[in-house]
Amino acid sequence: MAMLHTVNKSPFERVSLDSCISMAKKGSSVLLIEDGVYGALKGTKVADKVSKAMDGITFYVLGPDLAARGMTEERIISGIKVVDYAGFVDLTTKHENFQAWL
Amino acid sequence: MKFGILINEGPFTHQAADTAYQFAKAAVAAGHEIFRVFFYHDGVNVASDLAVPPQDDRNVTDNWVKLAEANNIDMVVCIAAAQRRGLLDANEAQRQGKRADNIAPVFRISGLGQLVEAGIECDRLVTFGD
Amino acid sequence: MAEPWEEENEGKVKKFMFINRKAPYGTIYALESLEVVLITAAFDQDVSLVFTDDGVFQIKKGQTTAGIGMKNFSPTYRALEGYDIEKLYVDKESLDARGLTAEDLIVDVEVMSRAQLADLMNEQDVVMSF
Repeated sequence: MAMLHTVNKSPFERVSLDSCISMAKKGSSVLLIEDGVYGALKGTKVADKVSKAMDGITFYVLGPDLAARGMTEERIISGIKVVDYAGFVDLTTKHENFQAWL
Repeated sequence: MKFGILINEGPFTHQAADTAYQFAKAAVAAGHEIFRVFFYHDGVNVASDLAVPPQDDRNVTDNWVKLAEANNIDMVVCIAAAQRRGLLDANEAQRQGKRADNIAPVFRISGLGQLVEAGIECDRLVTFGD
Repeated sequence: MAEPWEEENEGKVKKFMFINRKAPYGTIYALESLEVVLITAAFDQDVSLVFTDDGVFQIKKGQTTAGIGMKNFSPTYRALEGYDIEKLYVDKESLDARGLTAEDLIVDVEVMSRAQLADLMNEQDVVMSF
């Protein structure tokens, strides 16, 4: 079973992204939303951790939340896919269950 | 697909109710069914029809009311969480001897069993909170 | 007499997992999460609880709340067994990080690695986290 995880917290303030990565199984997906989108940025102190986790976990980031925060796709770790709300809905249907790391 | 949505935070302080709204709108547009939206924790505050946000800002409650009316979505506010926070419908206000009620139309007050039922009946339960 | 929802959902049992990640008292999440857990058990669902991150503090022994003027709800965790809720799992990494051991906890739990918890989470139909 493949699970969809969402993370909505900045990795610079909370451990949600860490906990999510350590409990997401290979084959699952992580969608970064709201303040969680900062975890998708290149050149940060958590970028290495995210890049390593991408070996086995697929990462997505919610585009409207990125744009709202002044971030463009060029600043995102390569391999992280940008989706809109329709894409968010699609991801929930394509995974068997869902966990929000609030 | 049949979706249940759980909203755990009130409007404005957290983005949760906005993200959930955008998600629900996209789900409906894609032809999915929203079986129920359940408001819990401070999320019950979304149901207050006394909020008056500035005119140049979005009105979170109105957004939900319009979406629910247009798509016949069951909008349930947790009674225990609502009573703690001063959210009452007309019946409850009268029963508790309070001077006013403040639940916007479309929302109904009910028990946590409605959340569990959404978990049982829906293909996916999607949570938004803090 | 059975409630209408009980008849409607008769026989439908899903696996519900509650992931507790927040400390008690500072915010209401732990208390209101417990309320959902109890209702879910009343619906005869397959319920399991995970305590991870600051959620492990929810089940610390010896909580004494008189000084803060709030209700000590930790005895409720002890009562879970009476509701046939016996699957309580605690994340070892979170305990270690906080200088706690299973001896510090108010209830009997199964201490697990994150990999074991990940496997369990993956088997669930509905995961709720407050």
